[in-house]
Amino acid sequence: MCLAVPMKIVKIDGAGKALVKQDDLETEVDLTLIEDPKVGDYVIIHAGYAINLLDLEEAQERLELFRAIEESG
Amino acid sequence: MSTSDRITLEHGSGGALSRQLTEELIYPILKNEAYGELSDATAFEIQGRVFITTDTYVVDPPFFPGGDIGTLGVFGTCNDLAVCGARPRYLTMGLVLEEGFPTSDLKRVLESVRRAADRSRVQVITGDTKVVPSGKGGGIFMNTTGVGEALGNHLLSAKNIKSGDKVLISGPIGSHGLAILAAREGLKIAACLSSDCAALFPLCSALYSLGKDLRFMRDATRGGAAAVLNEAVGGNCECGLEILETAFPVPTAVAAASDLLGLNPMEIANEGVFIAMVAPAAADKAISLLRSFDTGREACQIGAVDSRYPGKVILETAVGGRRILDLPRGLLLPRIC
Amino acid sequence: MSGFGHRLQASMSLKQILQDRRLAEPLLREIEKTAAEISRTVRIMEVCGTHTVAIRRSGIHSLLPENVLLISGPGCPVCVTPTSYIDNALQLLETTDTTVASFGDMLKVPGSDGRNLAGYMGGGRVRIVYSPAELLPIAESSSGSVVFLAIGFETTIPTVAAAFLQARRAGLSNLYLYTAFKTVPPALRALLSSPDRQLDGFLLPGHVSVIIGEQPYRFLEEPGGVAGVIAGFEPLDLLQGILAVLRQIARGEQRVENAYTRAVRAQGNPKAREIMSQVLEPADALWRGFGKIQASGLVLKGDYQEADAALHFCLPPLYNLEPPGCACAQVLQGRLPPTECPLFGSSCTPEAPIGPCMVSSEGTCAASFRYGGAVL
Repeated sequence: MCLAVPMKIVKIDGAGKALVKQDDLETEVDLTLIEDPKVGDYVIIHAGYAINLLDLEEAQERLELFRAIEESG
Repeated sequence: MSTSDRITLEHGSGGALSRQLTEELIYPILKNEAYGELSDATAFEIQGRVFITTDTYVVDPPFFPGGDIGTLGVFGTCNDLAVCGARPRYLTMGLVLEEGFPTSDLKRVLESVRRAADRSRVQVITGDTKVVPSGKGGGIFMNTTGVGEALGNHLLSAKNIKSGDKVLISGPIGSHGLAILAAREGLKIAACLSSDCAALFPLCSALYSLGKDLRFMRDATRGGAAAVLNEAVGGNCECGLEILETAFPVPTAVAAASDLLGLNPMEIANEGVFIAMVAPAAADKAISLLRSFDTGREACQIGAVDSRYPGKVILETAVGGRRILDLPRGLLLPRIC
Repeated sequence: MSGFGHRLQASMSLKQILQDRRLAEPLLREIEKTAAEISRTVRIMEVCGTHTVAIRRSGIHSLLPENVLLISGPGCPVCVTPTSYIDNALQLLETTDTTVASFGDMLKVPGSDGRNLAGYMGGGRVRIVYSPAELLPIAESSSGSVVFLAIGFETTIPTVAAAFLQARRAGLSNLYLYTAFKTVPPALRALLSSPDRQLDGFLLPGHVSVIIGEQPYRFLEEPGGVAGVIAGFEPLDLLQGILAVLRQIARGEQRVENAYTRAVRAQGNPKAREIMSQVLEPADALWRGFGKIQASGLVLKGDYQEADAALHFCLPPLYNLEPPGCACAQVLQGRLPPTECPLFGSSCTPEAPIGPCMVSSEGTCAASFRYGGAVL
């Protein structure tokens, strides 16, 4: 029910919208649902709105978890 | 008399205004040595076995990044001939214009037709124009019928394929359909994408030189690669296809836009990409032939013909799973779910 | 594979990493090992149409041990919307000059007589939106009313609420919402309380959880509940979620666990929930296949009710009437696999869908049909 993809904030305008980028693709999203977004943050986009920040450190940690599984296997 | 700003019903009525439109706008742009004068029919000569195809173009919107209905009307029909192993030679062009269509837009379309025809080395040699009342048409509709000369005696067909044959694709997928969807729906997301509309004859003709080792070619238009792959083996009792998801060339912008819109690049229409099936020994040569062309520089193998699941297209996914790649169904609509 | 050299540069590499077969292999081995320990058949239900499709598209079914069954529940908001909702939307189009705006997902859903909204697209009476933000320019440029078909679960609901508030602030009083919002936790309760349920664990919807966090699922830890793991949507996310459920079952645990920590915080997104509650309040909702589930819907509240399309246009109340022979109710509850419905593939296909599970591309039956559930 919830297609959402991560993209990076490249510009924030004064009206609560941001330009986000993923490789060659740029689109505009609404930041109303996010607290304290900054340029350079990764956000998860659903239906034209950012619904949360993506925690890259968490993502990295989980990948390390995969490695741990791999090494113990 | 100067041509008016907008098309009226009178322009399609066969009277003075019709004649003026044809003589002063349409014919000057299209005329060529094979279309020396306006008459009810045009004579032409063509050698050997002849191929003929027809297609009607109703693309909405008629102008989009990378082309317009005129570009499509020429390349689309010529490509249908090319993938059958024919050199496109002549086109007819039938237009249905909606009352109120701007004449300047008509001129733009005709100029696109001319440019595409010159690029494809084909000539438009006859045509017709009708006008329908406002509300009864989509601005402009176009039908083009194309005739071409067989490149040789070998007839290409999906029936030629055998287990072990290799499946190739000529280039990256997904651009055309996304560009149209974005233009039509005003989707800001995919606005940087452009149609891949292109003439495929040079590539097809290069592959045709492989002789019987070339089994089959088809351009991946509506329904994308998934449609062509399914049509190739649908109903085949001996052969199916094993395709590798990670092998498809997909432009990063297409991949990102597809993710965002919930679409699958394998199901999106292309206008400059075709699939070919070749004998195993000829695969490497076929790929290097394709790569010698600009539109074929990302050509590669995407799979093989197999006898395990006849009639079906099995996809090996990126993560190593297996599933059926089905015929796309219904309209291409963006999802949020 | 020696040495895991992937460093996180950008989230696109993340996507590629999360589809990498070399990383999937150790997860699959662990899944096999844990499934063998459990030995009996384990049924894991996902309740998110996006999970249904992600699982099918990735081909994961073909990689799982035989005793691990992935079941689809009522996860597709289109599928659980009663047919009468479409009938009412069509009626609006026929009897008024309202413009209807909708997500693409709803366009092909047939009403009771088989007609759908897609037929009205060409004339401009029906407008597809990708984002609720597009409702503002549509309302601005319309001289008449604009009714938005407001369906969705908690991932989508805040986006509609935000757009609606923006429209109100801009003075666009011609925008109405025809709400059919649904919330997930009450559906989970309904599934658990079903008498002949066969459920060993839930794969919980990753993006709904982004909004609601972990707390609304806590009841799963009470007696009568099952393990629930919040999972993401890439192939490795799915495998990890499945493994987490299996591990809990093997260890006799029954916890709510978050395996999608890069996106889901334990507390969810409070700002999004706050915006929702400004505009909406809970109400009972009618789910296709389930019937009425208490407090499982959200409707416009207070003064905002003047923008409620059902009230303003006096739309008939929704009701459920299933086509004869249709087994969607059982399929939606996970009690029947699509292939065992007598209509599946014969009279009910994606081109000519009879029941809700075949209607939406995320429906359990549609996904099973398209991705070859029966063949591979």
